[in-house]
Amino acid sequence: MKKISLTISSLFLLTAFVVAQETVYPAKEYNGLLFITNGTVHVGNGEVIENATVQISKGKIVKVGKDIAIPVDDVKVIDAKGKQVYPGLILSSSDLGLKEIANGVRGSNDYQEIGEFNPSVRSVVAYNTDSKVTGTLRANGILFAGITPEGGIISGTSSVVQLDAWNWEDAAYKYDNGVHLTMPSFIQRFGRRGGGGPPPGLAGRFGAGADATDPTKQALEKVEEIKSFFRQAKAYLQEASHKETNLKFEATKGLFSKKQKLFVHADQVKQMLVAIDFEKEFGFDVVIIGASESFQIADLLKANNISVILNQEHALPATEDDDVDQPYKTPATLQKAGVLFALNDTHDESRYRNLSFNAGTAATYGLTKEQALQAITLNAAKILGIDDRTGSIEAGKDGNIVVADGDILDMKSSNVVYAFIQGRQVSLDNKQKQLYERYKYKYSIK
Amino acid sequence: MRKIKLLISGLLFVSLIQAQETFPVNGVADKRSGTYAFTNATIVKDVQTTLQNATLVISDGKIVAVGTNLSIPKDAVVVDCKEKYIYPSFIDIYSDYGVATPQRNAGGFNFNAPAQLGSNTKGAYNWNQAIKPETDASKLFAADDSKAKPLREIGFGTVLTHVKDGIARGTGAVVTLATAKDGFKENLILIKEKASANYSFNKGASSQSYPSSVMGSIALLRQTYLDAQWYKTKPSKEGINLSLQAFNDNQSLPQIFEGDDKWSDLRADRVGDEFGVQYIIKGGGNEYQRIAEVAATKATYILSLNYPQAMDVEDPNDARLVSLSDMKHWELAPTNPTAFEKANIPFALTAADLRDPKQFLTNLRKAIDMGLSENKALDALTKTPASLLNIYDKVGSLEVGKLANFLITSGPVFNEKTVLLNNWIQGEKYAVKEDGWNDVKGNYSLTINSPVGTINYTLDVKSAAVANVIGKDTLTGKFSFDGKIVKLSFSTTPTRRPQMGAGGAGNFGGQGGAAGFGGRGGNPSQFRLSGFVNGDSWNGNGEDTAGNKITWTAKFTNTTTASDSTRKRPAMAQKLAKVTYPFDGYGWEEMPKQENLLIKNATVWTNEKDGILENTDVLVKNGKIAKIGKNLSDESAKIIDGTGKHLTAGIIDEHSHIAAASINEGAQSVTSEVRIGDNLNPEDINIYRQLSGGVTSSHILHGSANTIGGQTQLIKLRWGANDDDLKFKGADPFIKFALGENVKRTTSQNNNRFPDTRMGVDQVLDDAFARAKDYEAAMKADPKGRRDLELDALVEILNKKRFITCHSYVQSEITSAMRIGDKYGFKFNTFTHILEGYKVADKMKLHGSNASTFSDWWYYKQEVIDANAYNAAIMQKVGLNVCINSDDAEQARRLNQEAAKTIKYGGIGEEDALKMVTLNPAKALHVSDRVGSIKAGKDADLVLWSNHPLSIYASAEKTIVDGIVYFDRTRDLELRKKISSERNRLVQKMLGEKRSGAPTRPAEPSWQVILSCGDHDHHDGLITVDVSTDETINN
Repeated sequence: MKKISLTISSLFLLTAFVVAQETVYPAKEYNGLLFITNGTVHVGNGEVIENATVQISKGKIVKVGKDIAIPVDDVKVIDAKGKQVYPGLILSSSDLGLKEIANGVRGSNDYQEIGEFNPSVRSVVAYNTDSKVTGTLRANGILFAGITPEGGIISGTSSVVQLDAWNWEDAAYKYDNGVHLTMPSFIQRFGRRGGGGPPPGLAGRFGAGADATDPTKQALEKVEEIKSFFRQAKAYLQEASHKETNLKFEATKGLFSKKQKLFVHADQVKQMLVAIDFEKEFGFDVVIIGASESFQIADLLKANNISVILNQEHALPATEDDDVDQPYKTPATLQKAGVLFALNDTHDESRYRNLSFNAGTAATYGLTKEQALQAITLNAAKILGIDDRTGSIEAGKDGNIVVADGDILDMKSSNVVYAFIQGRQVSLDNKQKQLYERYKYKYSIK
Repeated sequence: MRKIKLLISGLLFVSLIQAQETFPVNGVADKRSGTYAFTNATIVKDVQTTLQNATLVISDGKIVAVGTNLSIPKDAVVVDCKEKYIYPSFIDIYSDYGVATPQRNAGGFNFNAPAQLGSNTKGAYNWNQAIKPETDASKLFAADDSKAKPLREIGFGTVLTHVKDGIARGTGAVVTLATAKDGFKENLILIKEKASANYSFNKGASSQSYPSSVMGSIALLRQTYLDAQWYKTKPSKEGINLSLQAFNDNQSLPQIFEGDDKWSDLRADRVGDEFGVQYIIKGGGNEYQRIAEVAATKATYILSLNYPQAMDVEDPNDARLVSLSDMKHWELAPTNPTAFEKANIPFALTAADLRDPKQFLTNLRKAIDMGLSENKALDALTKTPASLLNIYDKVGSLEVGKLANFLITSGPVFNEKTVLLNNWIQGEKYAVKEDGWNDVKGNYSLTINSPVGTINYTLDVKSAAVANVIGKDTLTGKFSFDGKIVKLSFSTTPTRRPQMGAGGAGNFGGQGGAAGFGGRGGNPSQFRLSGFVNGDSWNGNGEDTAGNKITWTAKFTNTTTASDSTRKRPAMAQKLAKVTYPFDGYGWEEMPKQENLLIKNATVWTNEKDGILENTDVLVKNGKIAKIGKNLSDESAKIIDGTGKHLTAGIIDEHSHIAAASINEGAQSVTSEVRIGDNLNPEDINIYRQLSGGVTSSHILHGSANTIGGQTQLIKLRWGANDDDLKFKGADPFIKFALGENVKRTTSQNNNRFPDTRMGVDQVLDDAFARAKDYEAAMKADPKGRRDLELDALVEILNKKRFITCHSYVQSEITSAMRIGDKYGFKFNTFTHILEGYKVADKMKLHGSNASTFSDWWYYKQEVIDANAYNAAIMQKVGLNVCINSDDAEQARRLNQEAAKTIKYGGIGEEDALKMVTLNPAKALHVSDRVGSIKAGKDADLVLWSNHPLSIYASAEKTIVDGIVYFDRTRDLELRKKISSERNRLVQKMLGEKRSGAPTRPAEPSWQVILSCGDHDHHDGLITVDVSTDETINN
């Protein structure tokens, strides 16, 4: 029996002082048996099993429950007594690995291509496994991410990656799971009245500069253009062979066969209502990303089988008159209506590491803690089309597991101590921890 | 029978009164005295004096007599004004008539654009393009009849015109709205060359980068006053500065300031107070929302009647984006003049800002409906503006010697039914609505002589545009009468719509609606008639459908019953929105009062030696913490049950950008002269939102666009207070500095402003303080030298009277900044952001700095690639006073959680973690004697949490500032209901407006401006505007 402890790597660092992630290695494949014992297992589907053991073999979860015997062979045993055991968290939609340092360093950006219709553009081929951000996500229990291209109208195709890999092929967990569409805006753009903003309390006076064209009409024209694209794509795909290959049309094949989902980036009610059309007319599986206004039409979304990724819990209310906690309680509204939804974190400055705290906020404002957890695990897996392999701690799924000292949804207790991807124990080290060690050394502090 | 006199050509004016002496005449001289006598009129000389059955005599463009029983000069043309009213014509004190307003180019400050650092104005003028007091409207003025006519038609005769451009806008000229022509040029139309000096905070067409913010405009104006005073000493170093010379010359004139918003009005007044100037303030129409503060300015106001139009809120998705405050303002804007009258604030009215001048009288009537007295309205259009401009000897009432500028109306001037007939200006008649001179209403006997014989009808004339022809039936047709020419066409067979409604915009109104007359099936019994007025009858000719020539006559027979012309006053009875403080859904109808509070049985985080006290009571008296202990009681105190809850000191955000009209004065590298405190916006909804997150004090910082930014303002979140009362009084003043990428314009491809590197940033600092030291010495030697607001602030730093909070990231710049401090003997009080503070924490400790950082931000730009969530912990462990700040309106609502992250990242203890957002910022801001912990004697700034305050599951239930509960979750729930029902009421009212056919505009989202220092992106809400990167707010 071999106990794994992180202190080994920490000790190593204390003597090496390497300020880079070059010494943070992706974990090797582990085909043996792994037991995570005595923990409180949060299955991810709402269920909690106290004092339970998770048995993993060849990277797959074999058993979850009590009274699981541990053989005396050469197996790994992680004692999770007093700790919380979770499925690996899933960041549903992100520019992780595509956008390294956005502002001022154009060369580090690969998330947005030129052109309006780019369904054939694939995010995964630009995904950088060596992003410095990734390590900080793992350390907070985030083990999977949907890598999403941005820009234009059809931005491209996303893939799901696991966050402990040498290269993108190694990282790919599900290739090309969805095509991403940004719905045209139905709201008048802010009028640049001399480039200025509205004087406080005098909003009525700054409409003069606004574009006079009707935004709804403009948006609908654009929507028609999008539909026309898909109609032509459909016709093209019905052809047995093509004299002229159209890669853009080819790239929509999975949408029509339902192997891929259409991820529609939309916040406004009208945008979301239009998105339903794509389910109705083309039979696509539609997911709405953003969806900050979804609380207004939760029943309609449910009725039309539209699932939702809420991009940012930690956001200001959309309007001055909105309830001050509206974004915080939107998940509870969706939950109540029975909408399948995931929570996401798109915060550009903390760089997505606060995913579990977005869920924690939802738990403060109406969800149960397990529902909130589900929104960043099983629900996300379902929406991304990977729930056959991950999203919950259930037999048959991959051994994607996070162990935390305490409640992972609450920052004051959410210290992640172990993480496993497909049974491989992944490093929780990262650039920030290394810098921490480096300067603890400098100042001789503990 | 109506008398129809004086229907001389209303179209052409050939009389050449007052012909100018110096102008040669091309032809035969044609001098006329222009003497007229207007008899039998009701003459309103001024608000106090109304003469019945009186006469007004004018000659040579002036009033020569006014009174009753006057003898009429022999050479006078007599105009019988029986049943007519004569008023002094109106004066518009805020016009730009006849002078061109320069168009604004894309100016201002943009992080990504090159700066225009100097003025583009050529000549011996001011350094700043927006300071142009030398502008002289009288020299630019040219009469423009196309602009004058619409103003005359709403009753104006005289205006003060000026160039509405810039901060110091130069002088305004008084001109009449007379038409310029041969023999009567602008020489006579211009009646006072310099009648006002005008100002604003809007730099207008200036393309110069500075100023780019409200506070920058304020600073520039203040500095200009100082420069102008200094210029009086004829400083040789300045040479001749025509702008400063003009600025000084203009001081003796009435000073008019375009405030254009209630808070802006107050800002202007404060500048005036500082320099001993009482501005006349042009308001923005929302002053009723803060009428007490507006009254306290003691200023006279100029009010426009530009009310917002109803919006089309048919689509609930559109309606959703219109804020309650915008809808309330739509409803209450017409109450603005009434609010002034009630508060005894003197004011003049202007037709400026109206989309269409025709709305003026309609809108004025709306104001009267809302309670404005007619006398006040008349005064505000005549005597008040005339007195303000010192031209009451010339215009503003009907008195001998004054200009013959007067209105002839069909009734009391503000009566809805009253027609403005003539507007006489300088003795010239301008017909406005000649057809109304005679009341054409009445029955006429209409006789048509056709080849088939004579046919008689009764013509029932309702107005100049509506009449019924009555034979056997009431007949369809069109009627119009312009005072001279009558047109009438009708069919002798009644149609399905016999009744031609009064006021009909439809078929019988002569408005071009009724189609198909005359041609249909050759029916011979249709008539097209045209004719002229001759005394008491109309005569003319016409044709019938068969083409027969006919003649016709209509003779007046009798008046019809006059419709009730007394106006209704329904408005005061209707339900109107309430003015709340702030003016939005979450505002107070009445400001909350301080009361004594006893919080019982809570877990109290004292932040003092006592640590965390369980089951403890805290007594609050007179806004202060009075006692902490068990089983306290106080009869005067309201009990708040804290059982199961946690009480902490209020959160203090060391780095915030809420509650201000502008944040970045970004154009220059050193802008220590600007002050956030000059442009607070106490109505920012984020104040309320942050109260809901337990924040009680916020340090509002200038942005990071420049090395030496502006002076900061510490505020308490007293939701509902005015801008001044928001300030944390007695706190040490601070200033914002910034280093690194933002000040060197990293994101710009074409930066032309020094510095472009961190080497240059170091030089900006060195140079600024070298100049400050020299300046201090020079001012000591010669106290009459030029006061420089920029250097004054730096001298305060040198003398430890002002303290620095410095935006900084990387270790090199942090260290170099401290070395500049060492060189000049001051310290950097606080490094904010300070994401590499952990690398130089020892040096910072030695220097004596505080640190204020983010919990976990990193990797959003090059200079933060080494940022580290363990930063706070390391700095704390090295011994620095560490704060966690927001710099973000959303994150500020969760600062307790941000503090809790230091437990996760670096193992900080819970009490110490909480101190990072309470006591530590209080220390960094030098106010720990007042706030930051729960200790007897300190301000009662407290938060009652539902749960462990560092837990994500905690929410603030009550947030208390100075012993006043400003946020209460129970009240918040009630407000939500109120907001919803009030929104619904106003949406329904707007829909009613639309359905009644009133003009509406498309629903306009109530954009929320989120100000930030320009450091990072924000994605907040559907209708937020992030102005960090394009900070060009000027209003």
